Amino acid sequence: MDSDLSPQDKKDLDKFIKFFALKTVQVIVQARLGEKICTRSSSSPTGSDWFNLAIKDIPEVTHEAKKALAGQLPGIGRSMCVEISLKTSEGDSMELETWCLEMNEKCDKDIKVSYTVYNRLSLLLKSLLAITRVTPAYKLSRKQGHDYVILYRIYFGEVQLTGLGEGFQSVRVGIVGTPVGTITLSCAYRTNLAFMSTRQFERTAPIMGIIIDHFVDRPFANMGHMHPCNYRTATEDEGVTYPGVEDSQEVCTTSFSTSPPSQCVCTVSKAHFQTPKSVVMDTLKVPIMGLAFSHQMVIPGKEGGVPQAPVQPSHGTPADHGRMPTCTPSSMARRIPATPSSSGEEAETLSQSSEAKSSSPPDILETTFTRKVGAFVNKPANQVTTACLDLPFAAFAPKNFDMEENDLMVNPPDSPVVESPLQGSLHSDGSTGSSGPLQDDFVMVDFKPAFSKDDLLPIDLGTFYREFQNPPQLNSLSIDVSAQSMAEDLDTLPVKLALYEQKIDEFDAFVETLQ
Amino acid sequence: MNCRSEVLEVSLESRQVDEAMLALLHTILLHRSTGKFHYKKEGTYSIGTVGSQDTDCDYIDFSFVRVSSEELDRAMRKSVGEFKDALCNSGSDGVGQISLEFYQKKKSRWPFSDECIPWEVWSIKVNVVSLANEQERQICREKVGEKLGEKVINIVEVINRHEYLPKMPTQSEVDNVFDTSLKDVQPYLYKITYQITDSLGTSVSTTMRRLIKDTLAL
Repeated sequence: MDSDLSPQDKKDLDKFIKFFALKTVQVIVQARLGEKICTRSSSSPTGSDWFNLAIKDIPEVTHEAKKALAGQLPGIGRSMCVEISLKTSEGDSMELETWCLEMNEKCDKDIKVSYTVYNRLSLLLKSLLAITRVTPAYKLSRKQGHDYVILYRIYFGEVQLTGLGEGFQSVRVGIVGTPVGTITLSCAYRTNLAFMSTRQFERTAPIMGIIIDHFVDRPFANMGHMHPCNYRTATEDEGVTYPGVEDSQEVCTTSFSTSPPSQCVCTVSKAHFQTPKSVVMDTLKVPIMGLAFSHQMVIPGKEGGVPQAPVQPSHGTPADHGRMPTCTPSSMARRIPATPSSSGEEAETLSQSSEAKSSSPPDILETTFTRKVGAFVNKPANQVTTACLDLPFAAFAPKNFDMEENDLMVNPPDSPVVESPLQGSLHSDGSTGSSGPLQDDFVMVDFKPAFSKDDLLPIDLGTFYREFQNPPQLNSLSIDVSAQSMAEDLDTLPVKLALYEQKIDEFDAFVETLQ
Repeated sequence: MNCRSEVLEVSLESRQVDEAMLALLHTILLHRSTGKFHYKKEGTYSIGTVGSQDTDCDYIDFSFVRVSSEELDRAMRKSVGEFKDALCNSGSDGVGQISLEFYQKKKSRWPFSDECIPWEVWSIKVNVVSLANEQERQICREKVGEKLGEKVINIVEVINRHEYLPKMPTQSEVDNVFDTSLKDVQPYLYKITYQITDSLGTSVSTTMRRLIKDTLAL
C-alpha cells in the first residue's frame, strides 16, 4: 500500500496528519473554553499557519496532545479521541461528548497528497470549527464558571463511548481520503442530560468558599488526567514557559503550483528554532470563584517520560506577605499534605502561581520548602524572637521562630477534619482577635481589628465599628411618616393617572421603538 | 457539469431572519473562502491565512463561526438586510427564498459578454411566522437555534462530499474563479439573489429583473 507513495509524499502525509491531529485538538478545546474565539485573517502567508487557517496553539493543549500521541500517528485501529466532560462544584462529573479522529482502510491511491489532501484537511478543520459550536456542550461551556467547569482529556487507542449514557447521538464532521487510508472526524455527544436537570445547577446561586481539591477526589484516577477548559495563558511577566517537547518547530510554508495542474507541488519546509531546555513549567490559572483545581506540574524526567506531581496552591494567609514556597516536587510520594482544611482558608481566589525551577534538570528534584520572614523584619531569621518582630500581626506570630522543624507552615500537622469547608473558612477568618476553643459558655472577645490603633483620634476603629453597627432607623422608614406619605400618595394618584393617560401615545411610540 | 443545488428550509420570526440568514450564509462562505493568493514566479502561489470569529445571535439561541473579514460581513449584512426588507414589506405571508450561488466566469468572444456558470447553489427558504406571546417567542428562540444547528450539520455534510470544485486558476484567470476584491480573504465568486413569494404562491419577478440587469451590466 505504501509502496505506491513516494518517500516525499509519505513524509508530507505523515506531517499533515500529525499537525491535523494537533490542530483538531486545539479547535475542540478552544471551543470549550467558554469564550468567543477570534483570530485574524492575514493576506500574507506567515508560514506558521497550518492549513491556511489561523488557529492559535495553546501550549498546554499541544503538550497534552503530543503526550497522548507519544510519537505515533492516528492510524487504522489507533484513534485519537478528545473527551469533553463536565464537573460540578459538588464533585459530580459527566461525560458530554467524545470527538474521534479515526482512520479506516479505504485508500484513495490517486489523490494528490500535497495538494488535494492538504486542502481537504483544511476544509475539514473549517467544518470542525462550525460543528463544535452546534453540539449541546458548546452552550454549556459558554456558561461554565461558578457551578461547573468543562474538562477535556485526550487519549489514543480505542474509542470509549460508554460514558455518554444511553441514546447518545453521533455527527460526522467529515472525511478525507488519503493514499494510506480515509481519515474520519466525528463526534458522539450525550443527549440524556437528566443528571443536570435534577441538579438545576444553572439556576443555583454561585457557590462561594467551597474549594475542591482535584486530587482528593479524582473520578478518573485510572484514566489519565482531566484538564480544565478555561485555560488562561500566563502573562510574560511571570516568566513561565512551557517546555518545548520537540527540538525543532516545524513550520509549514506551502507554495502551490498552477501550471499545469498535474504538477501541483506543495513544499513543506522545516525551520529549526532554538528552544530553551525544557525546565520551567505550569501555572494553569483557574480564576473561578469558589472552585479550585490543583495545578499540575509537568517536568521532563530522566527517562524522557513526563512524571506529574501535584503542587498545592500557596496558602495566602494575611500574615505571610513574603512567603513564596519554592518547591520542585520529585514524585507523588512527596506531596505536601494538609490540603483540605488549609485550603478552606482561601475562600475567594486561588491562582497563585508556583514557580518551580530546576537548574540542572534531572538531578535536583527534591521538595524544599523554605519559609521567608515577613516583610518588616530587619533581623536574620534565626535570631528573631517574637518580641523583636515588627510584624503587623506580631500577636499571631509563632513564639518559636528559629526552628524550621517546628514551623507549622513548613511541616504542617495532620489536617483536622472540617465538617464543611465553608464553616471551616468562616471559623478560620482572622477578623476576630482570638476565637479560642469552642465552648458552651460565651467568651467575651475584645474586638481588635487590624491597624486600629490611632493615637491622633480619641475614637478607635473598634469603637467606631460598634457604634455604627446599629444605626438609628431612617425617618422615611418610620411608621408614622410612612402612613402619612401613603395617604399623600393615594391623593396624588388620580392626578398622575390622568397625566399618564394624556401621554399614552408617547408611551406607545416608545414601546414600538423597543420592538 | 451539472450545478449542485442544495435547499434548506427554516421557519422563524421576522426579527430572527437577519441572524439566521447570516449564520447559514457565513457557514457556507467559511468553507468556500480561502486566503489571498500570492502568485510568484514559475507559476507557483502561496495562500494567505483565513481567520475565524465566533458570533452570538441576539434573537436566537445560537452561535456560529464566520470568516474574520469585515468586508465580507458587510456584504452579507447588506444582502440579508435587503432580503429581510423585501420579505417584510411585500405584504405577502412572509415566504421567501434567498440563494447563494457560486459561479465561474467563462470568457466569451466579443461582442458576447462573459458567461457565468454556476457550480453550486444554496437556497434557503424562509417562512416567517408571527407569535402571540413572550412564552412562544422564548420557545421559538430555542427551536430555531436547534434547527439552525441541524442546517449547519447539513451544510457540512454536503461540503465534505468533496464534489466538484473549480480548478485552481493561473494568475491570469484567478478573477474568473475567485472574488479578489476583498483585502483579507478570497471567496469563490458568488452572488446572492432572493425572491419573495406572494400569497397566491406565484413568485414575484424581482429575481428575473435582477438577473437580467446583471447580465446586461456584464
